[in-house]
Amino acid sequence: MTAYIIRRIWQMIPTMLGVVLLVFFLFNWVGGDPAYVLAGKISNQEQIDNIRRQLGVDQPFYVQLGIFIKQILTGDFGASWSTNERVSHILVTRLGPSLTVLIPLLVLSTTISIALALAVAYVRGSLTDRMVMIVSTIGLSISILVYIIVFQYVFAYKLGWFPVQGWGDSFTENLVLYASLPILIGLTVSIAPNLRLYRTFVLDEINQDYVRTARAKGVSENRIMWLHVLRNASIPIITHLMAALPGLLLGSFLIERFFSIPGIGREVILAVERSDFPVIKAITVYVAFATMATNLLADLTYKAVDPRVQLK
Amino acid sequence: MATDLATLRSPARTAHREVPHTVSPGLWTLAWRRLRSDRVGMVSLAIVVVFIVMMILSGTGLIASDWAREVGVNYAPPSFIGPEQATGPLATPEIGAQTQGAAGAPLEFKSTVVDPLGDVISELKGERPKPAVEAPPPASSAAEEEKSVDPLADVMADIRKGKGKAESAAVEDRKATLPLGGDKWGRDVLKKTIKGSETSIFVGLAAAVLATALGTLFGAIAGYYGKWVDDFFNWFYSVFSSIPDLLLILSVAAVLQRKGTMTIVLILGLTGWTGVFRLMRAEYLKHKGREYVQAADAIGASNGRRMFLHIFPNVSHVVLVQLSILVVAFIKAEVILSFLGFGVPVDVVSWGSMLNEAQNELILGKWWQLAAAGTAMAILVTAFSLFTDALRDALDPKLKGRIRA
Repeated sequence: MTAYIIRRIWQMIPTMLGVVLLVFFLFNWVGGDPAYVLAGKISNQEQIDNIRRQLGVDQPFYVQLGIFIKQILTGDFGASWSTNERVSHILVTRLGPSLTVLIPLLVLSTTISIALALAVAYVRGSLTDRMVMIVSTIGLSISILVYIIVFQYVFAYKLGWFPVQGWGDSFTENLVLYASLPILIGLTVSIAPNLRLYRTFVLDEINQDYVRTARAKGVSENRIMWLHVLRNASIPIITHLMAALPGLLLGSFLIERFFSIPGIGREVILAVERSDFPVIKAITVYVAFATMATNLLADLTYKAVDPRVQLK
Repeated sequence: MATDLATLRSPARTAHREVPHTVSPGLWTLAWRRLRSDRVGMVSLAIVVVFIVMMILSGTGLIASDWAREVGVNYAPPSFIGPEQATGPLATPEIGAQTQGAAGAPLEFKSTVVDPLGDVISELKGERPKPAVEAPPPASSAAEEEKSVDPLADVMADIRKGKGKAESAAVEDRKATLPLGGDKWGRDVLKKTIKGSETSIFVGLAAAVLATALGTLFGAIAGYYGKWVDDFFNWFYSVFSSIPDLLLILSVAAVLQRKGTMTIVLILGLTGWTGVFRLMRAEYLKHKGREYVQAADAIGASNGRRMFLHIFPNVSHVVLVQLSILVVAFIKAEVILSFLGFGVPVDVVSWGSMLNEAQNELILGKWWQLAAAGTAMAILVTAFSLFTDALRDALDPKLKGRIRA
């Protein structure tokens, strides 16, 4: 097991280097001289020269790449070009609000989707099943923007059940007051696609021989669905969940933007709007690394859930 | 040995012309037959075709070319509701003031406001008697300023407001209602939606074609040649797929400062090829050792010929399904990008930019633009997704049996 993990991490290195090269290519080569971008926001020529020196703009490319790799390893990307805040500080402080919304959303969305998937798969082919599928197909087609705009207008602005937007300092206040409507919207958007997918996973299992065997020996239907079928269906579900995890961090960026939640996703949008390259660079590289880590984690969980899986 | 016959088909046919032989239906004939018997699939195909015809008509200027004309009163309600009773003050003035100026306010208020762009506007009016939807060049450099939503929106609003003032004297017969209502400047929402669908569908289709072409090319080369070529492309794939799609798209959008329809097509196309690559690589790996490819090798077909003339037709059904999955994904992505102001330029209307305007309109109680753009998109995306499902079932009936068991 340990040997496997070490080998996997070793194999990640070329990919990590590739990500670094790609980001470097984008921002240092396609992006061009930062002086052009900076000229619009910083009037002080000395400051611009300072940033150019820090990035090594006049140096050959390999020196610039070296600077970039050093930045990644030390986590020190300097200051934001727009707000002058330390990039490392931005990353650390923005993670909390994102997770406050994301973790409850993930837990609720997964639980509800799995329960619904088991239910509709159990009555597959029936009117209920077809109605649920039609509703979720249509629900899937409506833009997330429409959900956010309408929900914010109806539930927060018109009915006043939730604050229109905002974020406080206390965790409980944030979770209960400010995060609840974003979580509700997140659920509306995420359950439909999850349900469709998980239903096919459950359907793949429901006709297997072991289900018939369990039924023959008199196991209750509840036990069959929740223990036998779910345990087997959970393998692809976990893979899907893990693969979706890093994307979720950003996937909620629209929600964070609309509700002014100071999270990572909103920070990315702000950074793109302001051409704040250090922030985008840092987030892109670290999220990519996190993706690789969750991929590894997914494979390990896979093994834990399904003893048949052989890790090579 | 049916596969060998395929390569010998043309000489065989000339030699045995008089021999009556019944041609057994090919993959595409069979798939078309299966698709035709799928009622949901056919209805959604019809809807998709209607949208595409609409896109072509709008693109060639046959319909909705005058979408920018201000034919109705500001915020003209849809015809089925009837004209607004009180055209005076806003229902919620304090919120109206927050959202982009006082565009909905009565005209006499406007004249009291000192317009900093008055000179620019009078110039524009003098130079361009037709609706000036283009932004003035100096303003476009302000696009990099740190404003949320769209930095040019205010400028555009001012220009249009000024223009509206000038035109309101000339055009007396502004309609009180429009079929699907009017927007802030009294433009027909129906025509805007048609024009917007042109942009959104075009971006979706073009980007999907680009991404599929790239993914197929890379997948074909990697799967066919194997060895270090495969390793290289696999590395390339794992690099691209370890950055979440949206982050990659936004990073590229941040770096490319130019805005334009072709820019979004490029951004989406260059970042979205990974899924196609994975599938095509697997297909080429599977096919390259098959007998018909060996036969092609034996008759001296070059590598390129074997890859794209012999193997490609046999895997093209996978490409087609991937293409239509990508179209849906890219239409959604374009809408979000344009909404955020990273997509189409201000003088181009798309569903995303309509939703952006609709966001502020909704607070004023003007819901029709939101409804029009949202519904049009939902109908197309539903139809396209259902069509994709039907297409997959038709092309790969084994899958259907497995999933719908």
